[in-house]
Amino acid sequence: MTEQRVSYTLDSTLETVDSAEQTASRIAAENGFGEDEVMQISMAVREVVVNAVLHGNAYDPGKKVSLDFETTGNDLVITVRDQGKGLDPAKIPDPLSPDNLLKTSGRGIFLIRSFMDEVEIHPSHTGTEIKLVKHGRGSAAGGKEDSQ
Amino acid sequence: MNFKTSVRQVDGVTIVDCSGRITLGEGSVTLRDAVRELLSKGQKKILLNLGDVNYIDSSGIGELVSAFTTVRNQGGDLKLLNLTKKVHDLLQITKLYTVFDVKDDEAVAVKSFS
Repeated sequence: MTEQRVSYTLDSTLETVDSAEQTASRIAAENGFGEDEVMQISMAVREVVVNAVLHGNAYDPGKKVSLDFETTGNDLVITVRDQGKGLDPAKIPDPLSPDNLLKTSGRGIFLIRSFMDEVEIHPSHTGTEIKLVKHGRGSAAGGKEDSQ
Repeated sequence: MNFKTSVRQVDGVTIVDCSGRITLGEGSVTLRDAVRELLSKGQKKILLNLGDVNYIDSSGIGELVSAFTTVRNQGGDLKLLNLTKKVHDLLQITKLYTVFDVKDDEAVAVKSFS
C-alpha cells in the first residue's frame, strides 16, 4: 500500500454523504482492498458522514465536515470530524437489544464497528472526531477476513 | 442508481418490485411513500421484492423496519423476497433477519399470506 494522505472539507449536505462514500470506495479499491472490504469501508464512511452531517452539524451550512484518508503501512486510516455538540458513545443504545430491534434508527455506529477493524470516537464540545482503521491483507494485525 | 418501485397484484398480494439503493434521502422516502399509498388503498398484504436492491444503509434498514411495523399495526403483513447477499448479510448482523419473514420463492411467498 502506498503511503499517502488526502483531505477533504465538505458541506453539511446529503450530497456530501454520497460524495464521501464514492471517494472512500475509490481510495479503498486503489489501495488493494477486495470487493467486500471496499463495500464495508465505503459503507462505514457513509454512516460516519451521515452522523456528522445530520446529528453533528445538523445540516448547518456554516459548519463543515472534514474527511481524511491516510495509508500507513498496510492500513487505511480514515478520520471524520464534524463541528457539532459532540457525540457521547456511551449514550448510544444497543441496536441488537430486543427492546431496540424494531427501532427505526440507531444502527449507524453499530454498522461502522462491524465493518471496520478499529473505531475510535473522540467527542468534544467543538465536535466529534471518529477514526476508522481497516487493516490491509499484509498487515501484522491482519484483516478481519484473514483472522477468521 | 436511483431507487424505483413498481407494483403488481398476484392472488390478493401486492408485490412491490424494488430496484436501486435504499439510502438516506430519496430511496427511503420513495419506499415510505409507496407503502403508505398501498395502505391508504387498503392493500395490506405486501411483499417487497428486493432482488434488484444492491445497497442499503442504516437509514434504509430503518425504513424497512418502519414499513414492517406500520403495516403490522394496521392489521396487515409485510414480507421480504429475494434478498441480495449484501442485504441478507446486513439483516443478519443487525439481527433483523429473524424479525422479517424472508422468502426466496415468489409463489411460496404469495401463498404464505393466505
